[in-house]
Amino acid sequence: MAVDADLSEALCDAVRRAQAAGESLRIVGSGSKSFLTRGRESTAGVRVSRLLSMTEHRGIIDYRPEELVVTARAGTPLPELEDALAQRGQRLPFEPPRFRGPGTLGGAVACGLSGPGRPWRGAVRDAVLGVELVNGAGEHLRFGGQVMKNVAGYDVSRLQVGAFGTLGLLLTVSVKLLPAPPSERTLVFDLDAVSALERCRGWARRPLPISATCYWDGRLRLRLSGAEAAVADAAAELGGEASGEEGFWRALRDHRLEFFTDGGPEPRPLWRCSLPPAARTPLEGCLVTWAGGERWLRRAAADGAGLEAAARDCGGHARLFGGDFGMRAGPHIPAAEAVYAGRLKQAFDPTGVLNPELSAALSDAD
Amino acid sequence: MTPRVPGESTSPIIARMKSPIVQSLLQAALPAAGLIADPRATKPFESDGLTAIREQPWLVALPETEEQVIAVLRICRDHGVPVVPRGAGTGLSGGARPRADGVLLGLSKLSRILEVDLDNCVARVEPGVRNLAISEAVAEHGLYYAPDPSSQIACSIGGNVAENSGGVHCLKYGLTVHNVLGVRLVTLDGDVLVLGGKTLDSPGYDLLALTMGSEGMLGVVTEVTVKLLPMPPDKRVLLAAFASVAPAADAVSAIIAAGIIPAGLEMMDRLAIQAAEDFVHAGYPRDADAILLCELDGVTAEVEADLDRVRQLLEQHGAFSIRVAADATEQARLWLGRKAAFPAVGRLSPDYYCMDGTIPRAHLAAVLARITQLAEEHQLAVANVFHAGDGNLHPLILYDANVAGQLERAETLGGRILELCVAVGGTVTGEHGVGVEKLDAMCGQFDAPALAQMHRLKQAFDPRGLMNPGKAVPTLGRCAEVGGMHVHGGRLPFPHLPRF
Repeated sequence: MAVDADLSEALCDAVRRAQAAGESLRIVGSGSKSFLTRGRESTAGVRVSRLLSMTEHRGIIDYRPEELVVTARAGTPLPELEDALAQRGQRLPFEPPRFRGPGTLGGAVACGLSGPGRPWRGAVRDAVLGVELVNGAGEHLRFGGQVMKNVAGYDVSRLQVGAFGTLGLLLTVSVKLLPAPPSERTLVFDLDAVSALERCRGWARRPLPISATCYWDGRLRLRLSGAEAAVADAAAELGGEASGEEGFWRALRDHRLEFFTDGGPEPRPLWRCSLPPAARTPLEGCLVTWAGGERWLRRAAADGAGLEAAARDCGGHARLFGGDFGMRAGPHIPAAEAVYAGRLKQAFDPTGVLNPELSAALSDAD
Repeated sequence: MTPRVPGESTSPIIARMKSPIVQSLLQAALPAAGLIADPRATKPFESDGLTAIREQPWLVALPETEEQVIAVLRICRDHGVPVVPRGAGTGLSGGARPRADGVLLGLSKLSRILEVDLDNCVARVEPGVRNLAISEAVAEHGLYYAPDPSSQIACSIGGNVAENSGGVHCLKYGLTVHNVLGVRLVTLDGDVLVLGGKTLDSPGYDLLALTMGSEGMLGVVTEVTVKLLPMPPDKRVLLAAFASVAPAADAVSAIIAAGIIPAGLEMMDRLAIQAAEDFVHAGYPRDADAILLCELDGVTAEVEADLDRVRQLLEQHGAFSIRVAADATEQARLWLGRKAAFPAVGRLSPDYYCMDGTIPRAHLAAVLARITQLAEEHQLAVANVFHAGDGNLHPLILYDANVAGQLERAETLGGRILELCVAVGGTVTGEHGVGVEKLDAMCGQFDAPALAQMHRLKQAFDPRGLMNPGKAVPTLGRCAEVGGMHVHGGRLPFPHLPRF
């Protein structure tokens, strides 16, 4: 078992040394999501880029269940954190996925990916209450805190979510928790895709204890969570078949379902679409989660432009879930926004020490 | 309420002549009634809800479209004129305090509900739409917009975004940041940033989250997309009375620790109870030192299950009476006392000063006891009525501005209370914002490098420093003057404070 340690000072030093030497740092947790940024590693250009591992900066610093808040170091492995919470009947609301390894708290926040319950339980950014970070000048800074309501100063903590470490090296994160529901069950409905979407749309307008949906290949799965009686009442009313599948939602969260693991004889790349939930397309061939708001599909890279355009047309976006998913400028980020993103990067990391090759500040021309 | 708190003084660097050229450019860019220059007509805009801090604006611009907003901002940028955005003016921290050398940009005429999208359960509205008007517009569909600040009949959604407003029900349903899916943000340069939308996430930095609570310092919001939720089908309200404050505070923690998230969990102390009873006769027990109001909502089965457990927990923590409202009328009556608590306390004293610190719930009992001690030391009364469930305190310091020295003592006491909140791991403002009111208190909560980082962040959006200048983040010079900076070198901040 690894030892908990506070390496804040050493990490600040590492950033200061890199800045002084004109080098950059590539921040790495457990590496479970590194495939999201691969392909950008070698494009840093002239600068020497060093790996900075966060996994030894780990451990829960403060956990008081009655506060529904935990504060832990960025390198804390997610399974260890979630086990500690589960012992007190609590959980991270955002069900962070772990794809190719255990994942760390810092990695989950930096990548900003939320699991199947996101529309009902909130995203990573909704749960983040405070952070300690090192900016590109090696300064140890604290923002936010450990309380739910806090409007003192800019919300720098939530800005770090999904910033892929480009605006700060995360040292610690304080996260709001939820009690684990006393009861949870999954219902299955045999439906075509259009009917499944229609069903989800109707449910969204009713007060039901829904905590996840997943449609794939003629089957709509629905997760109900809450008090035993509430879940039972809803199940009786909604019908469908009770599912006996163990661990379906975890497998979905971590992309261990066959849809994700078996791309067929000639695997095509995986795309992720974030759409207004009622959007009619793209739907064909999609694995649909978040009651329609998130859709996964396989599409040849050459056909990507059409998919991106289709998603944009209905007010959403589609992106390849691979090496270019991590932060960067490009067609996904409008030009006006990229200008401000670039200035933000400058404001936090003027010399480009922190994951510069991932920064939204970089244009494709760089 | 007449606290006198000095704001950042008008900086000589950006003090500018009131150029007639600027005035005529603005007039040309706005509808005839969209620019107010007559001092008699700009008078109503001299303060927001923090009425003690006033300054009459040079000009009031009231655009009706986003294009006009862009035009106003560009003119101000080109001529170096400070811009102060304003929603409904209900803010409590002076965030919309105007400047004598600047333009007050009122968004009240952008007040259209642009779209109610039932398929996606969202509404697109202009910033001047009142908070409650959104819920009213979608009520027929069984939907509502969850955040409900106490000013919701008057406050605007644009102002809610600027303050990241909360309300009585945010323990369960979250703050503005959790319920807004998108905004259009216009920067001083006139760039329109379309942040979020009807989707649950967007590529790039989360500028949407950054906009929430940014107090109009980064740009002007011209459109807001809000999430609509199905109205909970059932609701129960109960009132528990305690013979002292500490067990009531502990009961709050116990309810949350038991895995129950009430829709609202509010606490009032003896002074607030008496004031509310005298004012609205809500039926609160006058012999209690503290009461808890707890609202549970959701599907009936869940509400019933939670109600039983809450009742047990309250009994275990020594509640001497527990009353569950029998019907909607009684529920409304129980809430009435809480909702009328501020004006009720206002009847006790010529003036009061409302604080807004938030603390970890575990410290509630100790902090409330310490506030009582501090109040005695400063020879002032404090009434407590607050959002106990999320640890958001609203101590109301009673004073009389006409009695020499009382105002100063009230301000000192307020400062000590906020220091106390920070010392136990809390914050100086839970939902009212920093504005100009809490600039000094910010010096105690953040160290110089963190404040400097916030200033650099602002510069990324507003390099000229013209968007609502002098609000929310104190200058380092100011903090050096008030001497409230963190002590560096491993020593605890506020060494004079007791630790508990």
